[in-house]
Amino acid sequence: MSRTERTVDVLVVGAGPAGLAAAARLAAAGAGRVEVLEREQQPGGIPRHSHHRGFGPRHQPLDGPRFAGRLVDAAVAAGCVLRTGVTATGWAGPRTLDTTGPQGLERITARAVVLATGARERPRSARLIPGTRPAGVLTTGELLQTVRLHGGRVGGRAVVVGSEPVALHAVRTLRRAGAQVVALVTEAPCAPVQSPRHRVPVITDTAVAELTGRGRLAGVRLRDRDGGSTHLDCDTVVLTGDWIPDHELARLGGTALDPGTRGPAVDTAFRTSLPGVFAVGNLLHGGEPGAIAAAEGRSAATHVLRRLAGARPWRHGQVPLAVERPLLWIAPNRVHPDGPPPMEERFTLRTAERIARPVLLVSQDGRELDRQHLPRTALPGRAVHLRAGWIARADPEGGPVRVGVMSDSRQPGAGAARILTV
Amino acid sequence: MTVTTGGALPDQLYDVAVVGAGVVGSAIARELARYPLRIALVEAGEDVGDGTSKANTAILHTGFDAVPGSLESRLVREGRRRLAAYAQQNGVPLEPVGALLVAWDDGQLAALPALAAKAVRNGHHGTRLLDAAELARREPHLGPGALGALEVPDEWIICPWTTTIAYATQAVRAGVTLHLNCRVQSVTSGGHHELSTSRGLLRTRYLVNAAGLHADELDHHLGHEDFTVTPRRGQLIVYDKLARPLVRHILLPVPTALGKGVLVAPTVYGNVILGPTAEDLDDKQATGSTAEGLETLRDKGRRIVPALVDEEVTAVYAGLRAATGHEDYRIRAHARQRYVTVGGIRSTGLTASMAIAAYVTGLLGDAGLHLGLARDLEPVNMPCIGEAGPRPYQRADLIAADPAYGTIVCHCERVTRGEIRDAMSSTLPPASLDALRRRTRAGAGRCQGFHCGAVVRALFEEGRG
Repeated sequence: MSRTERTVDVLVVGAGPAGLAAAARLAAAGAGRVEVLEREQQPGGIPRHSHHRGFGPRHQPLDGPRFAGRLVDAAVAAGCVLRTGVTATGWAGPRTLDTTGPQGLERITARAVVLATGARERPRSARLIPGTRPAGVLTTGELLQTVRLHGGRVGGRAVVVGSEPVALHAVRTLRRAGAQVVALVTEAPCAPVQSPRHRVPVITDTAVAELTGRGRLAGVRLRDRDGGSTHLDCDTVVLTGDWIPDHELARLGGTALDPGTRGPAVDTAFRTSLPGVFAVGNLLHGGEPGAIAAAEGRSAATHVLRRLAGARPWRHGQVPLAVERPLLWIAPNRVHPDGPPPMEERFTLRTAERIARPVLLVSQDGRELDRQHLPRTALPGRAVHLRAGWIARADPEGGPVRVGVMSDSRQPGAGAARILTV
Repeated sequence: MTVTTGGALPDQLYDVAVVGAGVVGSAIARELARYPLRIALVEAGEDVGDGTSKANTAILHTGFDAVPGSLESRLVREGRRRLAAYAQQNGVPLEPVGALLVAWDDGQLAALPALAAKAVRNGHHGTRLLDAAELARREPHLGPGALGALEVPDEWIICPWTTTIAYATQAVRAGVTLHLNCRVQSVTSGGHHELSTSRGLLRTRYLVNAAGLHADELDHHLGHEDFTVTPRRGQLIVYDKLARPLVRHILLPVPTALGKGVLVAPTVYGNVILGPTAEDLDDKQATGSTAEGLETLRDKGRRIVPALVDEEVTAVYAGLRAATGHEDYRIRAHARQRYVTVGGIRSTGLTASMAIAAYVTGLLGDAGLHLGLARDLEPVNMPCIGEAGPRPYQRADLIAADPAYGTIVCHCERVTRGEIRDAMSSTLPPASLDALRRRTRAGAGRCQGFHCGAVVRALFEEGRG
C-alpha cells in the first residue's frame, strides 16, 4: 500500500457546521495548517439539503444551504484547507489518520484532531421494525437528499414517523415532492409543535408494528399503547429523528463512548479520552440544531488552541456524569472541578417523557450538589439545560455525578398535558 | 453472452433447461457449461440468487453433523472442498474462521464427544474438545455459563451472493442463456419438454428442476409426488461492524431435532449475524420478520454474547429453507423422462452446490444425455466485497489507474463509484437496488441509505441508461 505521508497542525474530520466552525476559528487564530476532510462531494453537512429556515442565530434565520454556505466561506476565508470527497478510513497512530480520495491514499499526522462526523437517524432495521423489506422505507436524510439534491421521486401516499422537529421537515418535503401525507405517527403522548399550515393528521401513543408489501411498500400496521391495531395504506414511510452519532471513526480510534449519547465521552473542553483528539457537534449527542453544532465547534477551538500552545491539561481523573430515567443523556459528560465550564456554562440533556415543572437533581455519592427548577416543561425531542455552577463542588476522587429529574408537584397545574390528536 | 430479461423467448430447442437460478441451479448451469451443449437457465425472479440463496447463514459447512452415509453428507464434504478452491480462484470472499459448538448445560457437554465421533464418520478428523477455560480464552466475550466446546476448524464463512453471481456469470460467459423474469407455469412432455412460461414457450430435450421452494410444484407437473416443500422461515439479525471484535469464530449451538439452532457468526463483510429462527410455515412468500422472532433471537443472543445485543442493528432479514420432512436431499433422476429433480436442498445447499452440480451432470449422462468433452472455464475475477480484502478503496494502484475507485459513495460499506459503475456494466447487471447491493454492498451498511441512498439510486439509474 503506497500512502502519501503528511503532517498538519489540525485535522478536522467532517465539514458540517461543527467542523467548519471549529476550523474557521482555528485558522483565524493562527493555528497553522488546518485541514478539513469531508467524505461527501459537497461540504456543509446536513444543512446543505435542509431547506427550512431553522438555521443561524434566532434574530437572523437562514435556510440550511445558506447557513452551510456561510460556514464554508468563512472557513475558506480564514485559510482552512477544505478537501471534499476524502474519507478518513482509520487510524495509524494516536493522531494519525489514513484517508482515501480520488488522488489516492494518504496518512496524515496532526498535532490535534477534531472529530466532527455528525449523526444519522436510525433506519428501520436499527429500530427493529418487523415485516417485509419493500422499497419506499426511508429516513429524512435520504428523503431530503432524494428530493433536494437529486430531484428524485417519492411515492404518492406517505406516513411520517417521529415527534422531533425533523418530522415536520419530512412532512413539508414530501408535500413539496407531490406526496400526500396520510398521517404523522408517534409513540410520544403529544405531537410536535405545528403551525396551522402544516396541519397533518397526528396519531399519538402509537408505534409502527409492521411494514407490509412486496416489492413496494403497501402499508404500515400500527399498534397503540392499549394493543389496538390498525393498518394504514401507504407507499412511503419516512422514519424521522431517533438520532445516533456517527461514531465509527471515534470508536476505531479507541475513544471511550458515553453510554447515554452513544457518542464519544467528552469533558467540558470537548476532549475525548484520547490525548489531542477532540469531538464536537452532533457526533456528541445526535440531532441538535446546526447553530448549536457550529457554536460547539467555535467553543472547542479555544481548547484546541490551548493544547497547540503547549498548555498542560488540568489533572486527569475526570468524573463521569450519568443520567437517571426518564433522562436519556447529558453532554458533555465528564467533569473536573478544576476544569473549564462547558459552553454557555450549561449542559444539554434529553428526556424520554414529558415532565411539567421539572426539577433537576445533581448528586454525587449520595451528596446533593445542586437542585435546579426549570422554567419550562421538559419535552421529548427538545433540549433541556442544566446550569454548570455546581462543577466546583464535585469531588474529583468521587463516584459518578448523577443527574435525575422530578416534577415539582407542589406547584399547581403540574401534569396537565393536553394531548393533541387530529 | 446472452441474458434476457423480458419479451418473448427465442424459438430454440435447448439440450438442457435448468429451472431455478439459485445457488444450486446456477452451479448446475455452470457445470453443464463445460460441455458443448445448448443450455438455458430459467429464473422466475429478476436476478440470480434472489430467493432462498440470498438469505442464509453464509457458512461454508463441513457437514460434520450430517447423517453419515447420506447423500447430503457426501455432497457437502465434496462440495466444501470444491467451493473452497473455486472461491480462491474466482475471488469469492471466504474466511477460514472455524466454528465452536458451545455447550451451555451438562447434557450438551455430554453430547460433544458423540458429535466428535459423528464428525469422524463424516470424514472430519480435525475436531477438538475445549474445556471452559480454553473456550473463555478463545472467545472472551462469550456469556457466562459456557461449559466447553467442540472446535470444528473447517467451518468457514463465505459470501453467498458472490458465489451465485460467480457461477451464473461464468455460465453465461461460457454460452449458457439466462432467461430472467421467466416463470415456469406448466410442462408438457412428449418428444421433448415444452415449458409454458410467463414469457412464452421454451423447448428442451432434458430438464433439471432446481426450483427450490417450488421444486415440489414443478415435480407435480412431471407427474411425481415424491415430496412436499414446507417453507421453514429463518429470521436473522445483522449487527454493526463495530460488533465484529466481539466474535472470533462461528458460535454454534449443540444441534436439536429442529435444525442447527441459533448461531452467532461473523460475516465476510465484517458484521456479526445472529439467527436463524426455525418456523414451519405454509406460505412460500412469507419472508417477513416478526416481533416475536426478533425478540427470541435477541434473548438467545444475549446469552451467547451479551455485549452483542447492545450494538446497533444494521439489517434484519428472513429466508425460507426448502424443508421436505425428509432427512436427506431429494435428488432423483427420471431417465425415461429425461428429467432430474433436485429437491429438499436445505441450509447446506450453498456448501454442496458444486458437488450437487457434478452429481446432477452425471445423472443426466446416465439418463442418456451425450455430454461430449469437458473443458475448463475461464475464471471470473469477482469484485472484492469481503473484508479479507483489500477492497478497492484501500488500493493505491487501482485508484492511481482510475480515480473512481478513490471516490467512496456508500460510506458505511466503503463502496466506490468505480465499483458501482463496474457492476452496472457487468455480465449480469443488477435490475434493482437490492441486486446492486448484493453485487457491491452499496446501501447494505448501518445507515441504510441515510447518507448514500439518494446518490446510489442516482448512479444506478444513470448506469441503467
